Amino acid sequence: MTIDPTLQGRSYPAGDIYSVGREAIRDFARAVKATHPVHYDVAAATALGHSDLVAPPTFAIIVAQRADAQLIEDPSAGIDFSRVVHADQRFVHHRAIVAGDQLVAELHVDSVRAMGGGAMITTRAEISTVDGRPTATTTSSLLVRGEDQ
Amino acid sequence: MALPFDTLEVGQQIGSTTVTITRQDLVRYAGASGDLNPIHWNSSFAEGVGLPGVIAHGMFTMGAAVQLVSDWAGDPSAIVDYQTRFTKPVVVADTTATPGEPGAGVDVVGVIGALDAERSTARVDLTVSVDGAKVLVKAQAVVKLP
Repeated sequence: MTIDPTLQGRSYPAGDIYSVGREAIRDFARAVKATHPVHYDVAAATALGHSDLVAPPTFAIIVAQRADAQLIEDPSAGIDFSRVVHADQRFVHHRAIVAGDQLVAELHVDSVRAMGGGAMITTRAEISTVDGRPTATTTSSLLVRGEDQ
Repeated sequence: MALPFDTLEVGQQIGSTTVTITRQDLVRYAGASGDLNPIHWNSSFAEGVGLPGVIAHGMFTMGAAVQLVSDWAGDPSAIVDYQTRFTKPVVVADTTATPGEPGAGVDVVGVIGALDAERSTARVDLTVSVDGAKVLVKAQAVVKLP
């Protein structure tokens, strides 16, 4: 299977809303072994000026990977998910993600580079609240290994 | 707790920690993140695709390593930018028969790599390794200081 080079520049509009729940924040915080009380205790979060529980710094990956799935599952992209390796990741936070947020992500394919028999695909998810407040920009590079790699 | 900006120096260590990982931790991360790729929980599947065994999600390691910075910053939302490259898989041994025994240990050391007085930010450079070999490269967290 070959990666379509014209993928570069393609975008996918915001899909389903991701509703940030308190238990999702607590579960994710436990899963990354975060212990800070702002992830667990509403009073601790409000004492630091937040409206509700604060998501850990990499929580946005949930929303970003849902957006990436639009590309990976797009048959016209030609990506075999079992050959995808996560090469790098960046999160730029424009505001803290807090419980109660209704988030959407617009996905952009920033670059596609051939690498051996495979390709390195860089995607960017622009995450905002449903009413348009910029929240986070996440960038992921995915290495799709070729058949002999 | 983060110190006031003017007391910080480039090269200063903010702390260090070791994150222990078990297969159960990977199952928990898979559930919490929605990343159900079997290379993170099924040995025969992982070996079948040429890996040395079950490996941790890169995003698990990235997410756990930054806790050192969250605790130092005093408020995790002060981390305005965080990035890394994934260079080497973290193989997690099956210790199911000996509960409490870690399947891998990831060492994390944080050092101030840069200071920006205009923006009042400090960049913390994380060294993240297993048995001395780096598993994350260019792991950098930018912290907004009070």
